[in-house]
Amino acid sequence: MKKHWYDYLWIASLLYLLLGFFNILFAWLGLLCFFIPLIISVASGTKGYCNRYCGRGQLFGLLGGRFGLSRRKDIPKWMKSKAFRYGFLVFFFAMFFLMLWNTYLVFAGVQDLGQAVTLLWTFKLPWNWAYHGTLFHPGVAQFAFGFYGVMLTSTVLGLITMVLFKPRSWCVYCPMGTMTQMICKAKSSRT
Amino acid sequence: MNSVKKRRRAVVDPSACVACGCCVKICPLQAIEIVRGVMAQVRQEKCVGCGKCARECPASVIEIREVEA
Repeated sequence: MKKHWYDYLWIASLLYLLLGFFNILFAWLGLLCFFIPLIISVASGTKGYCNRYCGRGQLFGLLGGRFGLSRRKDIPKWMKSKAFRYGFLVFFFAMFFLMLWNTYLVFAGVQDLGQAVTLLWTFKLPWNWAYHGTLFHPGVAQFAFGFYGVMLTSTVLGLITMVLFKPRSWCVYCPMGTMTQMICKAKSSRT
Repeated sequence: MNSVKKRRRAVVDPSACVACGCCVKICPLQAIEIVRGVMAQVRQEKCVGCGKCARECPASVIEIREVEA
């Protein structure tokens, strides 16, 4: 099949993760992975982002598929249940807002900048070597650390389920995928 | 002799489909599409039941069934 430019977006995803090791402020770019899927689903009522442009999905497909880093077993039933998918979406966003709250506290001057990336919502990894100061408020850097933690956590979870189950198992419970599908369902039931 | 011709076809469980589009990418005959971002739908006239989509589907919601031709 003919390859399109968007079939190489896995490079962008990989680059994003790498850039976070050099300068944490690049983490802001990850917002694109939040806004583009939402804009596409709201504007066109499709999951065009998942279907075509998701670099992370492509990366898992490549590592689990071509590189064979996946057992290729069926995902457990509970993991594809609506309860888990919606539950994970709620949990993910609760953690996301907690991260925004911490950012707010730094902006408000109540809390100092924490130069750490939180993995799996628990483990604080020292990340000061990727911080070289900011021209803006320290809160800008706090958001970058927090957001990179969100992206790294979801990548790690995705990699684990890639190895255990099928390459793109992350797509089953990806909060953005669940949310865009909800938007599409709401849009298609209205017409 | 009265023999019933049977063909293999991919069948999607629409309630469990996450509409990720992995099946669309892998299908060699472009026989699957994602309908309105909600679920995958197999074009029965195009599908030959090769099973690539069923193997690829991360949620394993595609089955290859024998149907009467």
